[in-house]
Amino acid sequence: MDVTSRFLLPAAAILLAGTIPAGAAWQPQKPIEFVATAGPGGGTDNLARAVQNIITKYKLTDQPIVVVNKGGGSGAEGYVYGKASAGDPHKVIFGTSNAWQQPLVSKVAFNYTDLTPIAGMAQDEFLLWVKQDAPYKTVNDYLKAAAANEFKMGGAQSKDTDEVLTRMIEKVGHIKLTYIPFKSGAEAAVQLAGGHIDSHVNNPSESLGQWRGGTQRPLCVFSPKRLPQGPKVTATEGWSDVPTCVEQGLDIPQYEQPRTVWLPGKVTPEQAAFYVELMKKVQATPEWKDYIEKTSQVDTFLTGAEFDSYIKQDLEHIKQVAAEQGWLVK
Amino acid sequence: MENLQELLHGFTIAVTVPHLVLMVIGVLLGILVGVLPGLGAPNGVSLLLPLTFGMQPVSAIILLSSMYWGALFGGSVTSILFNIPGEPSSVATTFDGYPMARDGRPTTALATAFGSAAFGALVGVILITFLASWVAQVALAFGPPEYFAVYFLAFASFVGMGGAAPIKTVVALAIGFAIAAIGIDTVSGSVRLTMGIDELVKGVNFVVAVMGLFGIGELLVAVEEEFHARGVSSRIDWKEVFRAVVRLPRHGIALLRSAAIGCWMGITPGGPTAASFMSYGIARRFSRRGRHFGTGEVEGIISPETADHAAGTSALLPMLSLGIPGSATAAVMMGGLMIWGLNPGPMLFVDQKDFVWGLIASMYVGNIVAVALVLLTVPVFAALMRIPFVIIAPLIVIICVVGAYSVSNSYLDVVMMLGFGVVGYLFKKLFYPLAPLVLAIVIGDKAEDAFRQSMLMSKGSLGVFFANPLVTSLVLAGLALLLLPLALQIAHVRRKPGERKSIAPGPEDRRSRPTATSAAQTPR
Repeated sequence: MDVTSRFLLPAAAILLAGTIPAGAAWQPQKPIEFVATAGPGGGTDNLARAVQNIITKYKLTDQPIVVVNKGGGSGAEGYVYGKASAGDPHKVIFGTSNAWQQPLVSKVAFNYTDLTPIAGMAQDEFLLWVKQDAPYKTVNDYLKAAAANEFKMGGAQSKDTDEVLTRMIEKVGHIKLTYIPFKSGAEAAVQLAGGHIDSHVNNPSESLGQWRGGTQRPLCVFSPKRLPQGPKVTATEGWSDVPTCVEQGLDIPQYEQPRTVWLPGKVTPEQAAFYVELMKKVQATPEWKDYIEKTSQVDTFLTGAEFDSYIKQDLEHIKQVAAEQGWLVK
Repeated sequence: MENLQELLHGFTIAVTVPHLVLMVIGVLLGILVGVLPGLGAPNGVSLLLPLTFGMQPVSAIILLSSMYWGALFGGSVTSILFNIPGEPSSVATTFDGYPMARDGRPTTALATAFGSAAFGALVGVILITFLASWVAQVALAFGPPEYFAVYFLAFASFVGMGGAAPIKTVVALAIGFAIAAIGIDTVSGSVRLTMGIDELVKGVNFVVAVMGLFGIGELLVAVEEEFHARGVSSRIDWKEVFRAVVRLPRHGIALLRSAAIGCWMGITPGGPTAASFMSYGIARRFSRRGRHFGTGEVEGIISPETADHAAGTSALLPMLSLGIPGSATAAVMMGGLMIWGLNPGPMLFVDQKDFVWGLIASMYVGNIVAVALVLLTVPVFAALMRIPFVIIAPLIVIICVVGAYSVSNSYLDVVMMLGFGVVGYLFKKLFYPLAPLVLAIVIGDKAEDAFRQSMLMSKGSLGVFFANPLVTSLVLAGLALLLLPLALQIAHVRRKPGERKSIAPGPEDRRSRPTATSAAQTPR
């Protein structure tokens, strides 16, 4: 074996490895862009930045990571950007169930099928909140009062998760609600504190400070079982003290919003597998547990077929509500 | 005075060597991101945020808020020197700041702006110190009808008080509203006015619009009018900085009025942008030299700058006590609070006294540090004006292109920015005012959301705008401002035997009359 071939063989092997990725051995070749489909400070932005910090801290990849915010159009800006970056495995899109819900109800130029699903992490729960000094103590009282006098329900965005849930409550509780869309859940929380609306269905983290501050309190959680016991929020109560809505006689057993992670379309399975592994590693760190606890979310990890069937199931359900309300875009 | 004691305790936390060092670092970084194209305070703060995770929350917030102050001051520099506002709230500063700088007085313009900004910030912090609990209550009283009334007041102050013909102001506002409507509509969730361009779903970014309207638009006018122009000769003179600051108290009334407007808009929470515009509009009306506004009047700089910083500072209070971020930067800081394990909300003032009062104390010290640092740099920045036009013009184009591109790494934004440049040029040539256009782009969609939310709440009845004393007085003040020029004109016409004497001041009349007067007005 002469010198040339001794040099050429490994070189050829490296070249081959570069062009034909071997198994899950694909590694990012340039800086990775995390696209948060929300403005700075929003829940999805917090997730993207938390994941970025964990990856950087544990050096889970050699490439640097930058977070960019593309929250315009209720997140549509970020998804459209993901669609336009087809084939680029160095862009990771962080979103919510908006990815498949938004295309149903508004004419946005993307669909979730334009993206490659990586994982659904961290389910956010929904609760029914009322003003602290409201006379009703149970869901039943609330429904009775709402039946007598059409209530104003606030929420983030229009025809989005909050309004879908509002319409479900109307149907199950046999009441009529006026839905008033605000830009964010935080805004709705302030409007409830000021008594301008009667209730909203915020996620725990959106109203945590307000509950602790005694401006509003949760009546029930839209979850099959009570939330895990954490530290007390107010002097006497914590999340586990909030009854489920089913317990209280409002038959909506489960309504959650997954935080979702996507790659652009047309990436190879190996590239997708790399990010699935990466997210799994992130989820195993104590920092992740800390993030989940501080934002009062539920730790889940859906990927592959499980994630697909979750999307399909949710999509069917949303389609039904949207069709009833006449929201579907042609 | 319980609050005073808390504040003194806060000072013992804020005035320590490590925290003072953090303030200086924060302010310097802030000035840098404020002056550099396309960065701005929100981006700067997000870039710095990961570095703060290992810090004590109070140290972290001192660093970030100092950077915010620095960026606010830095943003005024480009507004005054190059007519490129970095933040929506510094747009109004360009109206008189830029003409004054072009006129060979950049040092005075910058020093005046910084001095009055510091005064505004100081009033804002004092307000927070003494009225924290009361102010939080005021903000809670604001529902959608009240929000709409505040925005209406801001728009009305422009129609009634702007220098241009009222009808031209209305046209500019209307174009602004149309631009603000592009993208996803909050209330219906549907996509509007994207004209088949998918990317427009995100809406038109403010930075893209103002860089074109002001930066490029002004450049086109300048190229046409004074292609031969040389740089402005300005001496580097420390005495001038000193003189400008010492002269500020002479405009005491303007300072106090603007600070009051700023604080009111900051806590209500109309925000710094509406505050600076309104303050400018009202100053133009009530200042003795109001008719000279737009040509480089000192009070034309004092009014928006004082109001901007008073509002920006007092707007931190709703963020801390209610969890409503008043600006994009405040939103990033709020994200930071959550990551540091603090929950913005009413309990922050009870649970986290050290943090809250440490921050408030640092706002006093941080603003003093910031103003000292920027005043020191005034002559350096002013020297930039001596660079000849042929060199500065391409630089401005580069700043605008890079700035527009870096908003969201989009080529479309660059094209739109250039398009806005042409619009800006046409507005100038046809004597249409740019300020109402920008105001409508920035708060037009918020005003629309608030109006439609109110209509949803009242099931379509306009009575909701007269439902309580707060909203009624806001709406009446707005109507008064709107009808003021008309009323004055009617009074004027009645005194002379005129052909319009018998016509009742109906709404139709309101629309047609200003056209007649605008034709008679000689464009400035």
